[in-house]
Amino acid sequence: MPLAEVRDLYVRFVTREATVYAVNGVGFTVRPGEVLCILGESGSGKSVTLRALMRLLPARRTQIRGSVTVEGQNVLGMPRRALRDLRGGLVAMIFQEPMTALDPVYTVGQQIGETIRRHTGCGREAARRRALELLEMVRIPSAARRLDAYPHELSGGLRQRVMIAMALSCSPRLLLADEPTTALDATVQVQVLILLRRLQRELGMGMIFVTHDLGVAAEIADTVAVMYAGRIVESGPVGQILNAPAHPYTAGLLASTVHGQSRDRDIDAIAGSPPDMRRLPQGCSFAPRCPLRMAECRFAVPEPRFPVRGHMAACHAVAHSSPATQAAVTPTVAGSRATISAR
Amino acid sequence: MSSLAYDPRDRGGPQQPMLIARDLRKHFPVKASGGKSVQAVDGVSFSVGKGETLGVVGESGCGKSTLARLMLHLIKPDAGELVFDGDPVGVAPGIPIDALRRQVQIVFQDSYSSLNPRMPVRDSVAFGPFVQGKRKDEARQVARDMLGKVGLDPEIFGPRYPHELSGGQKQRVNIARALATGPRMVILDEPVSALDKSIEAQVLNLLRALKRQLNLTYVFISHDLNVVRYISDRVLVMYLGRIVEFGPIDAIFERPLHPYTRALLASRPSMDPARRIELPPISGDPPNPIEPPSGCRFRTRCPFAEMVCETADPMLGPLQGPQSHVAACHMQEAHSGHSLAASA
Ligand SMILES: Nc1ncnc2c1ncn2[C@@H]1O[C@H](COP(=O)(O)OP(=O)(O)OP(=O)(O)O)[C@@H](O)[C@H]1O
Ligand SMILES: Nc1ncnc2c1ncn2[C@@H]1O[C@H](COP(=O)(O)OP(=O)(O)OP(=O)(O)O)[C@@H](O)[C@H]1O
Ligand code: SF4
Ligand SMILES: [Mg+2]
Ligand SMILES: [Mg+2]
Repeated sequence: MPLAEVRDLYVRFVTREATVYAVNGVGFTVRPGEVLCILGESGSGKSVTLRALMRLLPARRTQIRGSVTVEGQNVLGMPRRALRDLRGGLVAMIFQEPMTALDPVYTVGQQIGETIRRHTGCGREAARRRALELLEMVRIPSAARRLDAYPHELSGGLRQRVMIAMALSCSPRLLLADEPTTALDATVQVQVLILLRRLQRELGMGMIFVTHDLGVAAEIADTVAVMYAGRIVESGPVGQILNAPAHPYTAGLLASTVHGQSRDRDIDAIAGSPPDMRRLPQGCSFAPRCPLRMAECRFAVPEPRFPVRGHMAACHAVAHSSPATQAAVTPTVAGSRATISAR
Repeated sequence: MSSLAYDPRDRGGPQQPMLIARDLRKHFPVKASGGKSVQAVDGVSFSVGKGETLGVVGESGCGKSTLARLMLHLIKPDAGELVFDGDPVGVAPGIPIDALRRQVQIVFQDSYSSLNPRMPVRDSVAFGPFVQGKRKDEARQVARDMLGKVGLDPEIFGPRYPHELSGGQKQRVNIARALATGPRMVILDEPVSALDKSIEAQVLNLLRALKRQLNLTYVFISHDLNVVRYISDRVLVMYLGRIVEFGPIDAIFERPLHPYTRALLASRPSMDPARRIELPPISGDPPNPIEPPSGCRFRTRCPFAEMVCETADPMLGPLQGPQSHVAACHMQEAHSGHSLAASA
């Protein structure tokens, strides 16, 4: 059984002025122990997708359609009580800016302890012991002393470690991480990435890691799903996506990312900018910027194609090579095992 | 460094650096700390050659933006001096500060707050030339030209307000605004950090094209080493308010001298899942800038730190010409007392 499965997910935000089409038919699978990176630019729907997995979207103005299951449980249909047990129990989340998720008036030990007590009902002393264990697990130096520190007394890197400790406090099976290293300095980012990778492997957790940085995805992902304008336009094993991207958007993103290009030439930038999520183009959302655009791109949303087994690209210019039956289901990322040994 | 077309404002000739900074210092007092201060910039010396792009890198809080503001006298240095094209800045008989600001412009890190939200962007761009004495219609024409130069159709984008533009478009307007007064030098403080990769590439290409067209000199601040390598001729690496290494771009990337520079370079993601970083190049976070470590400020994170690193400030060797490559580390200084220093 997959650890998490999302099928045909649609999320819209409806306000008086406009409707934002944030997520438009997203599907993927995460197996136990697998790291899926959702890669995409600002506004492409990464955070909304992640939040849908925990049903953390504002109920009033949000329209959600599709199915989200975690360990076989139907997240979108479950009653509120069950949802509380899910959050922070089976599924936990780490946010980009730890300061927004930590409460400034409680010490680190109190906050982690409280989370543990809420989910396990254990005593104060036991919770504190477990909190200390967790701080040591995320390699916080002088952990015992840090238990009594307030969030503002910690550096950015330590705060993010505290967030990770808190997320791990109830041994989640699935960890959701929304750009957890974006706000960190380069030398700290790499420490946190290595830590997350190690913990994920040791604890056998599945992880969905959202990032806009190809380099970060290369460091942590087993599989990558590339999002553009609320759709997954390409997915597959990380090596395949980075070394042989099939979708012109992924290829463009790779070419625009500065990493050792010759200084004698311009960077191969993608022209234009992403579409307005209130007025998506009718066909392929990337068509207005695409160098490979054909007539049909303008009016038909491309179906998933599989240039290689386990590697999906939703693009009219990509040739099928696997049986069409694969294309009938929502893009399910397969064949990721081979890349794990590379870590 | 590119060859320069003749500019009537050029006083010192091509060999005269555009800007020389000597021993700049800026400490910010911290309230409720008993008279302590943040040593944001603490004794920084360098020069910017005419027509070059000088990169400035370092982690958050190391003093990059403070240095940028000091270069324009937007904040007053506690100590040190600036020399612009041979003329001392702000002291008679040198160049007055307002004259400096006619020749040096800045694009700020936070592009969202640096445009007036209640003004159509063409007016924001025209404002500088107008203040400098151009007639209103002339200033408007400059704004139209500049918007065109940064790739925004002045008829479509000129009348828009900042909130009607995307991040990349706003950054283009900021660049147009900075260039509208015809500066010789532009300080770019993280001009692409807030942009998506696909837009970042467009803006970098634009900046390079404008530099060629308008014979500009750039100071390019960034925390992205790959971007700095692509755009700069020379680079200075900062750590906690001080320069730790300075030199030509290829020398720094191929033969980094300072352990901090090496750690920064090694912290860049590999872009190749088959060659992931297995061990963190250094541990810990940058320390609190209010009480920086004694001696070498990097010593608390440095794998090579010895006794001398705690007791003595390592000096940034003397600069000998634009190609010199120097690092402030006791291992680089002969007879410093560090066991790995040259003894000859
Ligand atoms: N509560 C909301 N109400 C209305 N629109 C929203 C809401 N939350 C998100 N959106 C919109 O939905 C789209 C997708 O947003 P999302 O936060 O998922 O982007 P993202 O990919 O995470 O971007 P970033 O990299 O900037 O975090 C955006 O256009 C955003 O403005
Ligand atoms: N006006 C100010 N008052 C007090 N402290 C300040 C002020 N401006 C900057 N600082 C402090 O000086 C130090 C250097 O700040 P600066 O903004 O120059 O860093 P930076 O290298 O530009 O960082 P970033 O990469 O985050 O932009 C920081 O510790 C900062 O908090
Ligand atoms: S001076 Fe010492 S502590 Fe500083 S970088 Fe060199 S070896 Fe490391
Ligand atoms: Mg987001
Ligand atoms: Mg700054």
